[in-house]
Amino acid sequence: MRVPKARGELSEALTAAMQAETTGTTDAAAAWSRAHTAEATDDADRHLALWTMYELAYRGFDDVDEALEWHPELLALRRSLEQGFERELREWFSPPELDEPFGDALFALIEGVDGVSLASFVQREATVEQTMELLRYRTIYHLKEADPTAWVVPRLTTGPKAALMELQYDEYGCGDPNRLHSHLFVRGLDAAGLRSDYGAYVDDVPVEVLVQNNAMSLFGLHRRLRGAALGHLAAFEATSSMPSRRMAQGLDRLGLPAEMIAYYDEHVEADAVHEQLAVRTICAALVEEEPAQAAEVAFGALTCLGLEDRFARRMLAEWGAE
Amino acid sequence: MTAERFDHPDVVICPGGPLLLRGEHLVADADGRMHRTTRPVSAVCRCGKSADQPWCDGTHKVLPDKQKP
Ligand code: FES
Ligand SMILES: [Fe+2]
Ligand SMILES: [Fe+2]
Repeated sequence: MRVPKARGELSEALTAAMQAETTGTTDAAAAWSRAHTAEATDDADRHLALWTMYELAYRGFDDVDEALEWHPELLALRRSLEQGFERELREWFSPPELDEPFGDALFALIEGVDGVSLASFVQREATVEQTMELLRYRTIYHLKEADPTAWVVPRLTTGPKAALMELQYDEYGCGDPNRLHSHLFVRGLDAAGLRSDYGAYVDDVPVEVLVQNNAMSLFGLHRRLRGAALGHLAAFEATSSMPSRRMAQGLDRLGLPAEMIAYYDEHVEADAVHEQLAVRTICAALVEEEPAQAAEVAFGALTCLGLEDRFARRMLAEWGAE
Repeated sequence: MTAERFDHPDVVICPGGPLLLRGEHLVADADGRMHRTTRPVSAVCRCGKSADQPWCDGTHKVLPDKQKP
């Protein structure tokens, strides 16, 4: 993947600084000082800049020196954007106190959020064109499916660590690359005639997708946010089985390829397991060991659901389908 | 210091939800058809309403409390 197209002053200044560091042909110090003082043009600009910096920790860019992942100037800029972003998330998604037992309370919290469902729209009325658009936007996460959560593993004590690996092992195909969930999505994309190379559609996605992706990276990359990362995972898994069935039915209704349907069919079954593991064995085990993480788990769960709801509303509005 | 022993059951009954099976099993559904597990942990439907028998598909969550297993 190459660096995405800039969406404003900040992402443009960041791109210029990364290029200066990579090629050594322009003054890198001047480029960084411009990046530090650049005002984000809008949310899309700010979140694309953050997304770009995070991406250095996943697969990087063909046109950027990979050493920049840990460059102090880049980390300083990343940190300043992260601080603002985390403040916003905590304002938007402040969690209630959860009752006992924790597993039931977390399921109840998740079920109590009444978000807009794109899967229901795809199931019943989306056109092929709208569905293909949604699939393109889903590539941003599904092609790195489970990766942000993998960062949490070494930060956990024995019980929650083993529990998380039990789930992740299934996401990663139990050692069989053909069954890796992100690879199942690649097969679906190929069959549907969409691009399956990593990050191919990042220039097209609405800001809401970047925000969703950035929240996962923020939670995954900071040990301090391990509770939020696992709460996010729990909410994601617990709102996947039935929506995946609806997606599969919608894809079938539209005559889209069996390979793409298979990705969603796999998630009907897998996530009926994963939601139980995520809530009852992973998050419950974490909270048992670290009771102070309960509120963080709830915060992460509400963030996951709230950001998906924003994306869904945006898409339905754009499709005139509210 | 002694190492803690963790509970790690082979079969877990989830309140109001499926039964989790760890490891490889051959499961006979209500019609006697055989299904081999394919993942490290499998969820067997206990509510009878899953469309993907014998596996849970999350349907139990939309059942009224009285019908939940
Ligand atoms: S127990 Fe989950 S669908 Fe029956
Ligand atoms: Fe998955
Ligand atoms: Fe999953």
